[in-house]
Amino acid sequence: MSLGNLLSGPPSIVAAGVDVFSDALRAQGAEVADVDWRPPGFGDPADLAALALDSRRAAANRTAVERLLAAGSVLVDVRPAREVIGLADRTLLHSGPPLTWEAASGPMRGALVGACLFEGWAADVEEAEILLSTGAVTLDPCHHHRTVGPMAGVTSPSMWMWCLEDPVTGGQAFCNLNEGLGKVLRMGAFNEEVQVRLRWMRDVLGPVLSKAVRGSIDAGNDPLDVKAVLAQMLQMGDEGHNRNRAGSLMALRELSPSIVAVEGVPSSDIAAVLKFIGGNEHFFLNLGMPTAKLALDAARDVPGSTMLTVMSRNGTEFGIQTAGTGDRWFTGPANTPVGLFLGDYGPDDANPDIGDSAIMETYGIGGFAMAAAPAIVRFVGGTVPDALATTERMYQLTLTENPAMAIPIMGFRGSPTGIDVLKVARTGWLPQINTGMAGRVAGTGQVGAGLVQPPQQCFEQALAALAEEARTA
Amino acid sequence: MSSSAPAGGDATVSVQLRSGVYADSVKLMQVSRRIGARDGVSAVLVAMATPLNLELAANMGLAPDGDASPEQLLIAVRADDDAALADALADVDAALAERERSTGTATAVAHRTVGAGLDELAPEAPALAIVSVPGQYAVAEAADAIAAGRSVLVFSDGVPVEHEVALKRAAHDAGVLVMGPDCGTAIVSGVALGFANVVRPGPVGLVAASGTGAQQVSCLLDMAGVGVSHVLGVGGRDLSEAVGGLATLDALAALDADPATERVLVVSKPPAPSVAAAVTEFADGLSVPVRSAALSAETPDLTAAVEALLTDMGLDVPVWPARPGPAEAAVPGAALKGLYSGGTLADEAMLLASPALGGIRSNTPLEPGLDLGTDLSASGHLVVDFGDDALTVGRAHPMIDPTLRLEAIAELAASDEPAVLLLDVVLGHGADPDPAGALVPALRAAREQRALPVVVALIGTEGDPQGWSAQADALAAAGASVFASNAAATRYALRLLGAAS
Repeated sequence: MSLGNLLSGPPSIVAAGVDVFSDALRAQGAEVADVDWRPPGFGDPADLAALALDSRRAAANRTAVERLLAAGSVLVDVRPAREVIGLADRTLLHSGPPLTWEAASGPMRGALVGACLFEGWAADVEEAEILLSTGAVTLDPCHHHRTVGPMAGVTSPSMWMWCLEDPVTGGQAFCNLNEGLGKVLRMGAFNEEVQVRLRWMRDVLGPVLSKAVRGSIDAGNDPLDVKAVLAQMLQMGDEGHNRNRAGSLMALRELSPSIVAVEGVPSSDIAAVLKFIGGNEHFFLNLGMPTAKLALDAARDVPGSTMLTVMSRNGTEFGIQTAGTGDRWFTGPANTPVGLFLGDYGPDDANPDIGDSAIMETYGIGGFAMAAAPAIVRFVGGTVPDALATTERMYQLTLTENPAMAIPIMGFRGSPTGIDVLKVARTGWLPQINTGMAGRVAGTGQVGAGLVQPPQQCFEQALAALAEEARTA
Repeated sequence: MSSSAPAGGDATVSVQLRSGVYADSVKLMQVSRRIGARDGVSAVLVAMATPLNLELAANMGLAPDGDASPEQLLIAVRADDDAALADALADVDAALAERERSTGTATAVAHRTVGAGLDELAPEAPALAIVSVPGQYAVAEAADAIAAGRSVLVFSDGVPVEHEVALKRAAHDAGVLVMGPDCGTAIVSGVALGFANVVRPGPVGLVAASGTGAQQVSCLLDMAGVGVSHVLGVGGRDLSEAVGGLATLDALAALDADPATERVLVVSKPPAPSVAAAVTEFADGLSVPVRSAALSAETPDLTAAVEALLTDMGLDVPVWPARPGPAEAAVPGAALKGLYSGGTLADEAMLLASPALGGIRSNTPLEPGLDLGTDLSASGHLVVDFGDDALTVGRAHPMIDPTLRLEAIAELAASDEPAVLLLDVVLGHGADPDPAGALVPALRAAREQRALPVVVALIGTEGDPQGWSAQADALAAAGASVFASNAAATRYALRLLGAAS
């Protein structure tokens, strides 16, 4: 036994606790690094100890992380939700943990109403509200269908979905098409402008993208490597959640040739499709999110792992899942983001946190790769050094660094990846999420963008459940 | 293009479109927020003239005249009066022109956990974690070190024994060592950790389930001209039945493999017999010779163990340094009052004195029937360990904070029970920088009050920051008899009691 070189020379010391020892060591000329230790942010000490000592934990987290890192993501198809996930008539998917109409917030209600109108299930808002409030329309989380949706995430049977596949596991994940900014369904708007756009997306955009994607693959081309685009975005000022400019343009570049090659469609429609994609800075978000979803689904169901597989919000509650606790949700009331507002909207207009897009942070980018997109940090009046510090902090919450998602300004260090519930508890730092802000009142649309954190409550429950599981394992 | 006109009541509006000016949306939202916060400004939108922003402007009643293109910057402000409007517009220009002041590099983010701290170190370099956080949280920090493939010294007390066992098993599997919990003393390649003395480097490795025991042994070796390679503390419970010597066995194996270590001495309080046997059996299988300095009724004397080791090495046993005190007459029938800061030294004193004095009561008794309870000034023979956990709650260890022991000396001085006072004074890193400085006035005062022979076991070396001789001279000047060996000090006290064995 060599104790890892311990006896081979004067050791460097890492010290946590009282500083008298460190002072005495420095007086001897020893190399000492003090840990800024403080009592855990939450959690029963017995639970923390049970998890710290769980002999399965290290290997389980390694397994979860390896699966997450190994997962790839290629674009294999674009098809209506009805076909790809068998979404039944009168069923709507929504973001976040399970939700009832009664508990739904303004923008979620607005989006659900808008989807009922779009599907023709209701002729007007009142009819839609009756359907929704009487349970005539079934609500189900996107996450229960290998699907993710930004903001309200409302997905109806006729909406076209990006179909992504993990070449490693054959896993699949889905996401609807991004509508753009402003008055859009996902932000809770549902007026005629929204309906017109949704119909156009159903009748023109979806079919064109479907033919383009299939046509390209049928012609023998490799499917679009979405993960590779995500990796490149981080080199170009995007963080993949609140900033998708470079990614959207790259997606346009990759898709244009096959879009233009689509036959039997008026050139005016082709032009409209290209203009729509080019004019939507967040077009790529709906490709990035299912890419993250693929990786995190690959890491599901690893007994003993304390890694998060889901962070998601429905506008009312924030919910998380872990690799060690399967499909179980741990929820708490969603916080309201802090940030900058469009026009004369202000903090009172903002709805609590909403959307499955926190899957990006769960995957280690978005707020975790803040340093890659310094522009985002100014949403809360911060500075570039703040962006670096945020990412530095997130390294202490995570299990690994994702070499595929390198952050240039951090010396191309991989993004902090694999959020560990135990580390969240011990550091007292909650994950940093970048997000859009929907108007509190149904029909408003987007009011701003900013930063938000999960409620600690989710993590408290997850920690207790993981500890319980560790004790009975 | 610019328009400025009264609008509704006394309010004044300015809506401008500027070409050739671009700023990103975040910057512009910040500008809007800053202008909106000004007194006299009721609405503001500074944004690129995209369709979305034009719609927002229209909703605010601030739509520009004529066509606008997304490359143009829209500056729309509504203010209470012309002056406020002019000031606001000037501030827009100022805000647009303002550069973010460079704030240099990111403030380093402090590491919150041992895991994060170790993550920064080069993987091949020798490294060690030290954990002194409250006991209930120590296990997570120690587990971090093990997971990182690093050994860890756990100074914290209050760690449940089942956690200790789990940590030590995990450490064994990971090929690293858990020193502790409640490990106060270690020396690794010359680096003194916690309470440790400045001793010369040399061939003897110590495995110590006892901190002050290791200090006594390493100091005596130093005085004999023999140095130590490493002192690996293993925690006071390691040789108990429950822990089974897990760390002791790993430490022995590590010293066996260490080229700098030629001989090993295992220092401990009385171990569980079955564990002692297992350690002996394990040691017999090693190539490095291992000698035990485990205290027991049969082997009560750490100094004797050191002397035996010196003999093993073919070295002469020196005369251990001492400062004889005043020629004081024996006080037969007096009580032994041992006031100790070191637990193992207290044990050694009791083991040595019991055959001559009979049972000695203590807060850390050799057998349960001799438990002193909380009355530290009871009459009769007694030995108090002020370093016991029960007496260190909410205060520093007596090697740092002498308050409780000084109070006990004052009480003893005020009592009329005939007594001989036996003390330990431990020098070295981590200890009081001048223990004699606090003790001397207390001893002088006591000896002025009444007849009170004082015997001190002074554990330290000349190299220690306090210096053995300087401290010994000061204590001797106050009337104490001073010995480098605790066994010698105890025997001297027994002679003063007329009970020399």
